[in-house]
Amino acid sequence: MSILTPTKGAQAIYRINPVAKLATAFLLSFALILTIDWLSAATALVLESVLFAWAGLSARQFFLRTIPIWIAAPTAGFTTLLYGQSSGQSHFEFGLVHVTDGSISLAIATALRVLAIGLPAIVLFVTIDPTDLADGLAQVWHLPSRFVLGALAGLRLVGLFLDDWRSLELARRARGVGDRGRIRRVVSQAFALLVLSIRRGSKLATAMEARGFGGDTKRTWARESLVGWREVLLIGIGAVIAAASVVVAVAFGTWNFIV
Amino acid sequence: MTHDRQPPAAVSARGWGWRHASRRAWAVDGLDLDIEPGQRVLLLGASGAGKSTLMHALAGVIGGDDEGEQRGELRVAGQDATSARGVAGLVLQDPDSQVILARVGDDVAFGCENLGVPRDEIWRRVAEALEAVGLDLPLEHPTSALSGGQKQRLALAGVLAMRPGLILLDEPTANLDPDGVAEVRDAVARVARTTGATLIVIEHRVEVWRDIVDRVVVLAPGGGVMADGDPDSVLRARGAELSASGVWIPEFPPPIAQRRVAGSGTRLMDATGLGIARVRGTRIATGIDVALDEGRATAIVGPNGAGKSTLALTLAGLLRPAEGVVSATQALTGQLKSTSPIDWRSKDLLTRIGTVFQDPEHQFLAATVRDELAVGPRALELSAQEISTRVDGLLERLRLDHLALANPFTLSGGEKRRLSVATVLATRPKLLVLDEPTFGQDSRTWSELVSLLAGLLDEGQSILAVTHDADFVAALADDEIRLS
Repeated sequence: MSILTPTKGAQAIYRINPVAKLATAFLLSFALILTIDWLSAATALVLESVLFAWAGLSARQFFLRTIPIWIAAPTAGFTTLLYGQSSGQSHFEFGLVHVTDGSISLAIATALRVLAIGLPAIVLFVTIDPTDLADGLAQVWHLPSRFVLGALAGLRLVGLFLDDWRSLELARRARGVGDRGRIRRVVSQAFALLVLSIRRGSKLATAMEARGFGGDTKRTWARESLVGWREVLLIGIGAVIAAASVVVAVAFGTWNFIV
Repeated sequence: MTHDRQPPAAVSARGWGWRHASRRAWAVDGLDLDIEPGQRVLLLGASGAGKSTLMHALAGVIGGDDEGEQRGELRVAGQDATSARGVAGLVLQDPDSQVILARVGDDVAFGCENLGVPRDEIWRRVAEALEAVGLDLPLEHPTSALSGGQKQRLALAGVLAMRPGLILLDEPTANLDPDGVAEVRDAVARVARTTGATLIVIEHRVEVWRDIVDRVVVLAPGGGVMADGDPDSVLRARGAELSASGVWIPEFPPPIAQRRVAGSGTRLMDATGLGIARVRGTRIATGIDVALDEGRATAIVGPNGAGKSTLALTLAGLLRPAEGVVSATQALTGQLKSTSPIDWRSKDLLTRIGTVFQDPEHQFLAATVRDELAVGPRALELSAQEISTRVDGLLERLRLDHLALANPFTLSGGEKRRLSVATVLATRPKLLVLDEPTFGQDSRTWSELVSLLAGLLDEGQSILAVTHDADFVAALADDEIRLS
């Protein structure tokens, strides 16, 4: 549960307002989903990898956290290689599988793209503390505090749900219904968890209300969520990388709009 | 909006009543009560007398017209209680559902933020409140790492930081171990002394609060006040009556059935050099030796986090030992080949080892109390005739017959506990494993439970219980396993 246990550190990245990280990740993704070519993704990836060194994660943390991306990228690439749109010279054909020049270059572009979007997103997100994010969303982006704080408080219950799930599983075995089909058991357990979570949620809501939450008084914020030069710098770097990859791809003629 | 401390608040009720939207009967009715500013009141009454309803109403969290109907008048500090936000602060029973934010400092600050207190002032109050409840922790300390007693003190700090004129505590120590109870009680005593705020506490265990409060009010079931006055005279005059209705009073201990037989000497289960883990790979304790005999009660005791529940669940065949083996004897296995309970089928456990979980809600499976009791016997494929005989017998024995068609989740705490024990008894297991069976129970449920278990022991069933409850150990346990 990476979202519940953000990594901690003293580097600058931990002090950057989470909403700026969110904006940067969106900016990069947006530029890279407009086109599907190898050069734009490769350019972004090269520029990003220079920055990962300053991301505040050790090499071990970096690879552990980004494992899903390292698995997803070649998988997506390989699938595209076999089944992607065929064009140009054909190299291999068997049933639906058709490897061509076109599918090879699409495959490379896809794998690089998954890396170029996924890696920075994970690096930026694992250093986000949910509380700071909520502060940012409510104070900087002015989302309604009721929803933001409600979601934040609810997030804390996720850890309890994991314990509940384990206990429910043991309790079913103890009650003599643990031998039933796995799917049926999981469905009934999921329903029980839903009931428990609604009850926990309503208790939490009462506790929040008892502390004046949801009243008419205008709320103040104990922690100030600020946007300063660090945030502007991060978004600026994101914008430069996005622009560079677009410019390079257009200049070398590999750009292809897919919208 | 003023940011100064609220003066101690007066409470006054005039013919006040409240009815939940889903119920026909009034939870509280015809209540006339005056509490002077700064008074410290212990609120007693049988379960169902509407104590919690009154507390929720005083805290202004009882809900609007869609949640229930109000009559009469209830005022806090001269204002209508339902609209007097911020005057009263409420601490509830369950420590887990009161932690709101991830860091200690932020959690205490939450109430102040909602009241619109300026930032500098908030952090001054946070420091002051944490000191008042004796929580000497960094502001960034994660709230998930707190013990039950610390969580309750955190909730109290969160309330204090709002500087309420009235502090309401709804069974704040019912879910805590003895150390946690003392921590919270001492924190409340200190707070009451320094703030001078009016204090109202609900609690089954009178001895915890007796020296702190200066008045006891007993609510009558069905409405109104049954007794009111200084603690000693109320408890002397009404003690026996209160004790019978579930209040713990040292001078009137609940009756306990005497054990007659202390075991047959037949061994049921052995474990040597046992290592236990809740989640695979993270060992909590190692080198535990256990021997369980027929007809005897064994208590697992020790501090929080020592692995008491994990040990019980491991011996109950629900968790796999991290090292060593749990070995059942022929007396327990019967026709089964395997002597290791974790390798038995779920159905095979039913007649051999029955487990009652700490939280009854985890083990409820059916939509009615009657069906809940039938789950085990059905899994054993007993005849319809036999199932209904067993279910009827248990309904009567555990005073659940009037609730046969109720949903288990809608029962009171004591009823849920009785039902969870009954569901296990329905399949007549040789060994009964109970995880904190008496936690948060009033004295009536406690004494019924102890008498029931004593009866089972005399009939030759065996009991393994995880417990913090010294009275329970004294009443029942033949053997003790102490984890540290």
